[in-house]
Amino acid sequence: MLSEQIRAKTDHELKKYPPDRKQSAVMAALRFVQDEKGWIDTEDMADVASYLGMPQMSVYEVATFYNMYNLKPMGRHTLTVCTNLSCQLVGAVETLNYIKSKLGIGVGEVTADGKFGLREGECQNVCDEAPLFMINNKKTCGHLTKEKIDQILAELDKE
Amino acid sequence: MINIEIDGKHIDVENGCSVIEAAHRLGIAIPHFCYHKKLSIAANCRMCLVQIEKAPKPLPACATPAAEGMKIYTASEQAVKAQKGVMEFLLINHPLDCPICDQGGECELQDLAVGYGGSASRYKEEKRVVLHKDIGPLVAAEEMSRCINCTRCVRFGVEIGGATELGQAFRGEHAEIMAFMSDTVDSELSGNMIDLCPVGALTSKPFRYSARTWELSRRKSISPHDSLGSNLAVQVKNNRVMRVLPIENEEINECWLSDKDRFSYEGLNSAERLTKPMIKQGGKWLEVEWQVALEYVANGLRQITQKSGAEYIGALATPNSTLEELYLLQKLVRGLGSHNVDFRLRQSDFSTDSKQTGAPWLGMAVADINHVDRFLLVGSFLRKDHPLLASRVRQATKNGAQVNLIHATDDDLLMPIVHKEIVPPTGMTTVLAQVLKALATAKQATLDISVQEIVQSVTPSATAQAMADSLASGKRVAVLLGNFAQQHPQASQLQLLAQHIAALCEATFGFFGEAANSVGGYLAQAVPFSDAEKHGMNASAMLTSQRKAYILLNVEAELDMQNPQQALSAMSTADMVVALSAYKHHATGYADVLLPITPFTETAGTFISSEGRVQSFKGTVQPLGEARPAWKVLRVLGNMLDIPGFDYNNSEAVRDEVLVGTDLSAKLGNHLHGVSAQAETFDVAGLQRVSDVPIYATDAIVRRAASLQKTRDAATPRALMHSVELEKLNLQSGETVKITQGHGSARLPIIADDSLPHGVVRVAAGHAVTAELGAMFGAIMVERA
Repeated sequence: MLSEQIRAKTDHELKKYPPDRKQSAVMAALRFVQDEKGWIDTEDMADVASYLGMPQMSVYEVATFYNMYNLKPMGRHTLTVCTNLSCQLVGAVETLNYIKSKLGIGVGEVTADGKFGLREGECQNVCDEAPLFMINNKKTCGHLTKEKIDQILAELDKE
Repeated sequence: MINIEIDGKHIDVENGCSVIEAAHRLGIAIPHFCYHKKLSIAANCRMCLVQIEKAPKPLPACATPAAEGMKIYTASEQAVKAQKGVMEFLLINHPLDCPICDQGGECELQDLAVGYGGSASRYKEEKRVVLHKDIGPLVAAEEMSRCINCTRCVRFGVEIGGATELGQAFRGEHAEIMAFMSDTVDSELSGNMIDLCPVGALTSKPFRYSARTWELSRRKSISPHDSLGSNLAVQVKNNRVMRVLPIENEEINECWLSDKDRFSYEGLNSAERLTKPMIKQGGKWLEVEWQVALEYVANGLRQITQKSGAEYIGALATPNSTLEELYLLQKLVRGLGSHNVDFRLRQSDFSTDSKQTGAPWLGMAVADINHVDRFLLVGSFLRKDHPLLASRVRQATKNGAQVNLIHATDDDLLMPIVHKEIVPPTGMTTVLAQVLKALATAKQATLDISVQEIVQSVTPSATAQAMADSLASGKRVAVLLGNFAQQHPQASQLQLLAQHIAALCEATFGFFGEAANSVGGYLAQAVPFSDAEKHGMNASAMLTSQRKAYILLNVEAELDMQNPQQALSAMSTADMVVALSAYKHHATGYADVLLPITPFTETAGTFISSEGRVQSFKGTVQPLGEARPAWKVLRVLGNMLDIPGFDYNNSEAVRDEVLVGTDLSAKLGNHLHGVSAQAETFDVAGLQRVSDVPIYATDAIVRRAASLQKTRDAATPRALMHSVELEKLNLQSGETVKITQGHGSARLPIIADDSLPHGVVRVAAGHAVTAELGAMFGAIMVERA
């Protein structure tokens, strides 16, 4: 069962679409689920499907198609490092490797304390700030250096 | 019209026609995988790339609409280069396992790879692996690495089957076809995905590894199950039916088959097949020669005729029997002097006998269903009873048709229903009368005297009013009665009311026939009233008023009859029961003689479908063991009993005797005369039974089809009840209860189902676990076990 907040937000989203096209809100609804619990379980997908009156498989197709939906539990702070071309050219691989060694986890993994998760991501359309990562798909941190990464991680660690 | 040129040939096509379709009409083949004429355009395989003048790049022929003056080259250097390029990409990840692949020999990828593939692969890296899936007992998805992601199976589910059971999850190189949470594909049309799959990713589970396609001979036949009359290609090896595929017939089954028609062949090879005539002597069954068995039957029938009179003989046949079998059966018993013959085994209201203008039929051509814009469906488990007709109704709704439903259960028909009234069986006439009243008021029509009384006694509900409005607003309206309405104890009332509703909105009025020969049985005169001078007993009367001898053609008394309890007690007290059956079944308990007859694949015969289409077929394999076609058995019996007119050389001669010189259209007719509707409805004190015959329990063959019996649709029946009714009885959903009708009872788990109306218990008929129960309608008791 979707929480009250998710349902309220989804209802708000539904106002943007014709009443017989409720499934238009599927991406938003999945995003609300992820915002709330950090990832999307198949049960959540089934709930979204019944709430929007669409086939469960269609929700699954959407959830698995888009890279930014987490299909397994990720850390409280999930860092998504862009590894597309522009970032690659200015050291995305080194950035990624540094974060890996710093957190002691690989891509797609979560630290033992559940604080940090690490993912590879696609282009964020701010290539002038490369190399970069996003925190929980919400906040972009660009022009990364080792020092800046240390600083960001330390701040997040305190939260 | 648009004029285009393909490979130098000119053609006029209508606006919106795709290049691939135009090429097809010209007889030009364009290689393709994802394109299918019955499905939406996906344009994802890219195999149909063609060169189009003035276009900078090759374009997919399936997704390119023809435009005036367009010049298309399907085999130019640019086109072929593009096609070969696509083929190379498709083959990169495709395993090279054709020698062990079931699709080998009928694989579209294999065929096209011969023309467009390279002789060796340039790809040296690892191939992708896609894990196998278990999607149920019918469709095997064991080698999903073979999948080329054309999504035909997905589109079939969404567009034709009506449910999105398969989908394409993940993306890019990781894309794979799967079901949500490893669920099974439960569609009653799922087998078509096997035909649609252009590669060996989805194959037939029952057929897997049992034969290579080039070893099979292909013979035409007609489905013996539902009343659609699907055209079958029965594939045979070593005198054994190995599998069944559709033969395309746009007017009937298009290019589809229901799973029942496709997989029921397993029942033909069942171990329960009866292969030798048997006689019960001193309580023991003995295998005997045909001559002995037939003489025993002839003597028995002769004795009963002489001692008690021929009217003490009754004959019952299933509506799945062929026209020839039904005709000879009635000719035999009428020759003996009895008119007790019937094939309407699950019917309970016979008051319209000889008051109807002809045999009840669909009232229109099957293909016209797609063009209906307003439906009123009365009493039909449409999806399960008539899977492909349901699919046609579904296609009609996609073109804006409105479906109105009056029924006792609210099963998902996988199509939009604009208005529905779900009521107990006892309330159905009232709802129809309400709709009729609302329509009459809207049209300011005076109603016929026969329905005035009942119409005056009702006030239309809001839903009835809405249904009437929906029907009145249509241009091509159809009022159709399903199996449930025909089995209903007030079938004649429902029919009369529906007939008047249809008349008011100038609708087509028809019946979905229950089985392959539901129309044919009337034409074969296998009904007690076909002789104008002397009427016999109908299927129900033959049981209530005990006969001394019964001849059963294909009938399993405890499964095929409206009231199995009554049927069994009648059979067990009869002096002689002759069972003509393809299977050794429960009749061993009550019969005296078992005569092994052949199922439809081992005899020639004729079925007349719901739309009145006569389709004859030949046997596809030799009879198993000593089984013989029933028409031959009945012919010999006729000879032995010295009944004149039994000298047929072949089944065609029997058919011709029935049909030649007969104006078929004059024999079909759905209209009643001399029947009037009463205001008092039939009433049931306490709970009443609602029963469906589950899709894989309808006839003897399908009941023995092993793989179909493993599907979810064939699960052991449970009793269903509204949760309010459960509470009244202080029962918990899931607990086992004792269900009683008459002197018999069954123990079943009871499940809450709030889609049912109050006051009913839904218990399936036609199944061994409910065979102890009584009639399909009427009072039923539920108590804690």
